[in-house]
Amino acid sequence: MVKRRKGVRKSLIAVFFAIIIALGALIASNVTDHVEDISLGLDLQGGFEVLYEVQPLDDEEGTEINRELLTDTVSALNARIDVLGVSEPSINIEGEDRIRVQLAGVDDQEQARELLSTQARLEFRDTNDVLMMDGSDLVEGGARQNFREQTNEPIVSVTVDDADLFREITAEISQRPFPDNRLVIWLDYEEGDSYEEEIQREDSKIVSAPTVNETIPSRDVMISGDFTTESAQDLAGILNAGALPVELEELSLNSVGAQLGERSMDMAVNAGFIGIALIFAYMLVYYRFMGAVAVITLSAYIYLVLVVFNWLNAVLTLPGIAALILGVGMAVDANIITFERIKDELRSGRSVMSAFKAGSKRSLSTILDANITTILAASVLFYFGTSAVQGFAVMLIVSILTSFITAVFGSRLILGLWVNSRALNRKPRLFGVKEREINEL
Amino acid sequence: MNFDHKSSKLDFMKYRKAFFGFSLLFLLIGVALLSTVGLNLGIDFESGTTVEVLAEEEVTAAEIEDEFMEIGYEPDEVVLAGDNNDIARASFIGGITQEESLEIQAHFDELYGTTPNISTITPIVGEELARNAIISVLIAAVGIIIYVTVRFEFLYGISAIIALFHDALFILTIFSILQMEVNIPFIAAVLTIIGYSINDTIVTFDRIRENMGLEKKVESFEDVSRVVNKSLVQTLARSINTVLTVVFAAGALLVFGGEGLRVFSFALVIGLVAGTYSSLFIAAQIWAILKTKQIKKQQQKALLREEEAEQAGNV
Repeated sequence: MVKRRKGVRKSLIAVFFAIIIALGALIASNVTDHVEDISLGLDLQGGFEVLYEVQPLDDEEGTEINRELLTDTVSALNARIDVLGVSEPSINIEGEDRIRVQLAGVDDQEQARELLSTQARLEFRDTNDVLMMDGSDLVEGGARQNFREQTNEPIVSVTVDDADLFREITAEISQRPFPDNRLVIWLDYEEGDSYEEEIQREDSKIVSAPTVNETIPSRDVMISGDFTTESAQDLAGILNAGALPVELEELSLNSVGAQLGERSMDMAVNAGFIGIALIFAYMLVYYRFMGAVAVITLSAYIYLVLVVFNWLNAVLTLPGIAALILGVGMAVDANIITFERIKDELRSGRSVMSAFKAGSKRSLSTILDANITTILAASVLFYFGTSAVQGFAVMLIVSILTSFITAVFGSRLILGLWVNSRALNRKPRLFGVKEREINEL
Repeated sequence: MNFDHKSSKLDFMKYRKAFFGFSLLFLLIGVALLSTVGLNLGIDFESGTTVEVLAEEEVTAAEIEDEFMEIGYEPDEVVLAGDNNDIARASFIGGITQEESLEIQAHFDELYGTTPNISTITPIVGEELARNAIISVLIAAVGIIIYVTVRFEFLYGISAIIALFHDALFILTIFSILQMEVNIPFIAAVLTIIGYSINDTIVTFDRIRENMGLEKKVESFEDVSRVVNKSLVQTLARSINTVLTVVFAAGALLVFGGEGLRVFSFALVIGLVAGTYSSLFIAAQIWAILKTKQIKKQQQKALLREEEAEQAGNV
């Protein structure tokens, strides 16, 4: 049979270059944005993590800690973290009575910790600790940071629901002789606390204890304390976010200084680049032309993982990096399995075009089985795992799916363009196959 | 690298007993060590507090201890870290309170201009994470066996799981021998190794399955061995290339990734090599032995049936 030598189809090669240029332009245009958008976990960026044990409030000893109460607490914590302006908080319920809060990149960790665990129960008592008025008497969401007119001192103003109530209270207290004519404003009063003791303390639960000399016929209550504008804003925010329905006890605290985090991140990123460069070099040397295809699809894989990762609003941590490495490994593996198959077919004497077709087809089921088994394992880890294990599983699933798309379909598409263009016909050396290895059929 | 199964003299089956022996001995040592000495558990698994101080310049353990003494604390252990010994980790077993931690942070912030990392860990957290990881892996193992049984055959599933536990135990043994500190990222490393181990084993099994389908009759251990060996040789280039590229990535982290990633990336590199080793020298060989037994059983059954049929015919 005489084979008609066909010409090279240049249009397919043009399509290839169009794809490469488009991909290159896409990556170049916004890869830095995506990299900057990635939220780094505590281990990489710094921040802190607190594990709380949830306990019923003092006066509600019998309350059972159930799922609903935990969920309410989580929403209250979420509202508070909004006050702090932290992006990507991670709040998880763990076990029967625990809540784990993770905040990355918080500047003032001490303030954040205080804000989180305070119950934000605002109470107005007299000097004998008799309750006069509490948070339930205030307009919901009515707390505001303000400045005192004369002194420009930062204050917090709250609004009382019932104007009569506050008038009656101030009327009563203003009747009392000095020094008992004070309205004591408490934050998180607990059974057993007393005005006399608490006012002496440095870190007092008493926000302020103004003297009341006359009846105040207003609905607005001005609270002054030792506020800075910021701390007044925080208190107002927390009062608006609502009281916690429970008491939180710190079980463990893990604070990571940002400086150490940054340091390890820089080194890890550099190490990642070196690792990827080594993989690229090896693939190019070993698989020649197909190696170049692998380099292109691996770059696309890395880019896509970044995009998907940001899209999921996931937080990158060390276990996440581990999963990413495994993902790179599996993406390379999918390429290697296909390439080895194509080489096998070439060695058995097939033409480049038919070797490509047979190799791609035969490798697909292998790659599919290997990937599905690993995804299955990752899904189980995600479903049954907690915090770090779950983070690992999410990253692994994302990596495997992305690697499958790029390494199977991407590589096939690109290699297919070249093979079908006939430019590679009779050039097995480009695939890393020597002529003498080829068995004549 | 080109491994032609026809001309290749590589025999993965011949020395199987040596590989089994090596793995068995190694893992027995591992079990013995794990049950006596145990692992060197980090603060993630032991109750207490670690204060990590980042100094501006090289420091000595004694200097850091003196600094702690000055504000009235006595660390149980001070370990230096960092390329220039500019990081110090002071451990307090038993833990410190919130106020104490603030005092320590303030002191070192003033001294070196960086706030030290303070980790107060109740062991419950780490222990629960580890227990949870183990349970999840066990459930995942059952899932893998079911999937592989449906797609392949039950014996492949069992062999893959044996290889998986081999690899997980292998890394634990190494860490028990070297007494390197085990922390939470280590768990992630072990999970990665498990993922890699499954992936690697399934790829070689897939080739065995394919080659078994090509064989006309497989009747003896020799037949099974021949198929297994052929499959392993055929996939050898892929096995080596894949592990090399993954080791490039993990190795770069080990060499250039800094102190914080050292334990983690070391576990990865060792585990990846173990995963490849078990796919090449353990998993397929176990499968071959199990498969031969299965074939023998079927032959006996067939023989029995024939005899019965004969007897029935005679009567």
